[in-house]
Amino acid sequence: MAPEITPLPIAPEAAATEAKATIDKMLKAYPAKTARKRAKQLLVNDPEAIPQIGANTRTIPGIMTQRGCTYAGCRGVVIGPISDILHITHGPIGCGYYSWLTRRNLVRPRHAGDTNYLQYAMSTDMMEEQIIFGGEKKLRQAIREAFDIFHPKAISIYSTCPVGLIGDDVHAVAREMKEELGINVFAFSCEGYKGVSQSAGHHIANNGVFKHMIGRLDEGDKAEFNINLLGEYNIGGDAWAIDEVLRKCGIHVTATLSGDVTYDQVCKAHTVDLNTVMCHRSINYMAEMMEKKYGIPWIKVNFVGAEATAKSLRKIAAFFESKKLTDRVEEVIAEGMAKLKPVRDAVTARCKGKKAALFVGGSRAHSYQHLFADIGMETIAAGYEFAHRDDYEGRAVLPTIKVDADSRNIEEITVEQDPVRYNPRKTPEQTKALEEGGFSFKDYTGMMSEMKKNALVIDDISHHEIEKLIELRHPDIICSGIKDKFIIEKMGIPCKQLHSYDYGGPYTAFEGAANFYQEIDRMLHTKVWKYVVPSWMKEPQLQATPIYNPKEPKPKAAAPAPVRKPEAGGEAIPE
Amino acid sequence: MLNGTTAEIKERSALRINPAKTCQPIGAMYASLGIHGCMPHSHGSQGCCAYHRSTLTRHFKDPVIATTSSFTEGSSVFGGSANLNQALENIFTIYKPEIVAVHTTCLSEVIGDDIPTIVKKAAEEGKVPAGCRVIHANTPSFVGSHITGFANMTKAMVNYLSEKTGETKDQINVIPGFVDPSDMREMKRLAGELNVNIVLFPDTSDVLDTPQTGIYEMYPKGGATVEQIASAGDSIATLALGTFASHPAAIALEDKCSVPTALLELPIGVTATDEYIDALRNYAAVEVPASIVQERGRLLDVISDMGQYLFGKRVAVFGDPDHVIALTRFLVELDMKPVYVITGSSGNHFETRVGEILKEQVPDAKIKQNADLFELHQWIKQQGVDLLIGNTHGKYIARAEGNIPFVRFGFPILDRMSHRVFPTVGYQGALRLVDKIIDAFFDKKDREAPEEQVELIQ
Repeated sequence: MAPEITPLPIAPEAAATEAKATIDKMLKAYPAKTARKRAKQLLVNDPEAIPQIGANTRTIPGIMTQRGCTYAGCRGVVIGPISDILHITHGPIGCGYYSWLTRRNLVRPRHAGDTNYLQYAMSTDMMEEQIIFGGEKKLRQAIREAFDIFHPKAISIYSTCPVGLIGDDVHAVAREMKEELGINVFAFSCEGYKGVSQSAGHHIANNGVFKHMIGRLDEGDKAEFNINLLGEYNIGGDAWAIDEVLRKCGIHVTATLSGDVTYDQVCKAHTVDLNTVMCHRSINYMAEMMEKKYGIPWIKVNFVGAEATAKSLRKIAAFFESKKLTDRVEEVIAEGMAKLKPVRDAVTARCKGKKAALFVGGSRAHSYQHLFADIGMETIAAGYEFAHRDDYEGRAVLPTIKVDADSRNIEEITVEQDPVRYNPRKTPEQTKALEEGGFSFKDYTGMMSEMKKNALVIDDISHHEIEKLIELRHPDIICSGIKDKFIIEKMGIPCKQLHSYDYGGPYTAFEGAANFYQEIDRMLHTKVWKYVVPSWMKEPQLQATPIYNPKEPKPKAAAPAPVRKPEAGGEAIPE
Repeated sequence: MLNGTTAEIKERSALRINPAKTCQPIGAMYASLGIHGCMPHSHGSQGCCAYHRSTLTRHFKDPVIATTSSFTEGSSVFGGSANLNQALENIFTIYKPEIVAVHTTCLSEVIGDDIPTIVKKAAEEGKVPAGCRVIHANTPSFVGSHITGFANMTKAMVNYLSEKTGETKDQINVIPGFVDPSDMREMKRLAGELNVNIVLFPDTSDVLDTPQTGIYEMYPKGGATVEQIASAGDSIATLALGTFASHPAAIALEDKCSVPTALLELPIGVTATDEYIDALRNYAAVEVPASIVQERGRLLDVISDMGQYLFGKRVAVFGDPDHVIALTRFLVELDMKPVYVITGSSGNHFETRVGEILKEQVPDAKIKQNADLFELHQWIKQQGVDLLIGNTHGKYIARAEGNIPFVRFGFPILDRMSHRVFPTVGYQGALRLVDKIIDAFFDKKDREAPEEQVELIQ
């Protein structure tokens, strides 16, 4: 079901002109070369004729960007959440320190007393001596020490910038230590300078997990409807909320990559019948490789938003072609929707027609539009931090994406059918029948097809562009990350973090949708914004008069000062 | 919670576990924000800048601006000169700072980029507007810690900006160290009470504790101005608060402009604050006003009122070296027993000085530089403590060991807000610390003690 959106109150031509003018004003402050480059990344949307966006291209030096690095994408995002393997950062202390528990991939211990390695930051704490003479010796020693102290199932090593430069062979060290210690030890060449953003790190991590973990345990879970949830990171308990609704339907999740997941779960991920993909950007590689090697088909799902959750559940049921499952899914949807309705209606009444802008990640800037649509809010602008063209324009453009020098440096592993374990889950006939019935595999159509005509699409938005957007388009709320949050809020606009959820959540499935609606309602209507301008700034200086003199009438208040900008709650803040 | 940590200590020479430090560039970025109208610039991969901005933002809950050279694989091979050149043009055109403070990262240090040469070329090409400045500090992440980075950038302010005109100004420099804006504000307030003019740099008050007014200013009113830092060369003296974070800049100023240095400890607790007041009084030749005497008296009154609950309590302290030294002194003043005292940074002065402070009261204390939280936790497992003081990461240890009363102190504090607005320095700061310690003890007692031991009055 397409998200329900209130039409823009102005004529389409005027909206197009206004959108174009906004972009022009954003670009005006830039030096010519910067403006030319940015112009490719700022577009006026047309869902009928999707324009080509510049994405996954270099960040311009000196621009205040939201983006992080390849190390962050690899260690922090895709592998980091695996809680029962030991993670060692090879490099100076900073990178290991900053990726320590900062991403909110919540973990529930499987058994009392289990070690949750996410609570530990381990690093070779590389010093000048290793920079000069090489760090392999220290890395080897660090792995031994880690093994002696913790006896983990597996050890994963992450390279930081200087490692690549000084030429440490982390993979050779990993192989040696695997031999010596008798446990799985593997390494990632995820130096921060690779690629143009975190995205390269996701790809490197996908490759490593596929090579070193997937397929190591052939005994799968016994379940009638057995799937993996890929690209779900359990921020604020999202994966748990999804799992709960899936369990109600009778659908079993073998592995969630990567949120509250164990090594063994990842190792047997190839035993399922269907891969469902939440964050397309960070994990589509894995879905593709598992399909090629093991014959597991994949579909795009989205459990962010009530309508989106319903649609995704129906899609999974359709794949399994089971009446039992379809009936159960309908029951669960009906129950979830009924429970959600009072909250959704109440919040919609207060928030309908308000405007949101989302700039985050490689998936959330799209998926969260569904939650806003659920409560009648319109997305006037959106963009990803590190996504590629396919995440904007849909996978149909994949063959036309030019591979540039930065992407070419990221390994593309060749995957072939497993001679023994390749097992297509559907026959060509079944697949054809499904497709003819309207079912589609690998079907991500991107953000832009679902956004309104004339909405702004801005890739890798800069600080300056956010400021201009607020000034010119007055969004009622912006979804972004920690670096922007307080800048935006200083301007009197509430900002919801969609990386950390401002330490709230879960926001997935029906339960999470209710949380999100209520949180947005709170942010839009909190009283704090009303107090920003004190009474003495609203009225001109008065003559000295007693504060209270019952014999005299109160002096007449002067007219309020001109309005500066709309307040989040919809009322204006007088200047 | 931290189930992999056991009491048995196996020697480690290579593996750092749960660090009590981070890397140089974040300290340099923080120091740069203490210059008015400054854009900190991180010369390296953009991830460094993102990590540092995120961490600082989480600690201060206020906008933290900084730009990056956004290195790619190409820049790592060919050098980051073109990146910095382009960055400077963009920064001055778009963000219009008065000054850009460049710090390096491990990547640009390994490549060996020569920042002054790159900046000179950019300036020759007209990319640095007239009247604007670019300063830099080398801050390789593989040397020292975030405190070193702070010290290096503060030293760079002196080397680039401070000047001696020959005419001594009636003012005293104060180099505050890696403390919170609330602490810097308190240092200035105390000087104001004494009626002493000070030049405090770097100064992040009114930069990272800005009010909600509905208006965002990229360069808020706070920060030491370039003129103020320039004038530091004409001051009567420099008070360097802390050996690790502040002394190097004071020495540089002494070398460059012959301004004498007084090395003090951070004014945390009674006597260290006395020393701060005394130093200001003596250099400026002023009388200490009654208001300060009263403030001090109120602190002592609280200590004497609550002393029975503090006496002899075993305390574990971790954090940055200047902070930990000063806090250890204060804990001794409170009759407490700091039994485990560590810092993640390196420097023999730490062990020597803490040893001196604890010689009488806790002769068998374990004191360690270049240590980590994993080891501290192991010590606690071997013999417990009554109180743990340190940054937010300590809460995992506190919980793992049956909810040890835990007081957040230092950097970073990611899960509470009061450090932003209430100082830990000065007599007021000491009052706040006593308050927090007492609360931590009594909150635990009131929640966990057997019913018959819950008291109405304490």
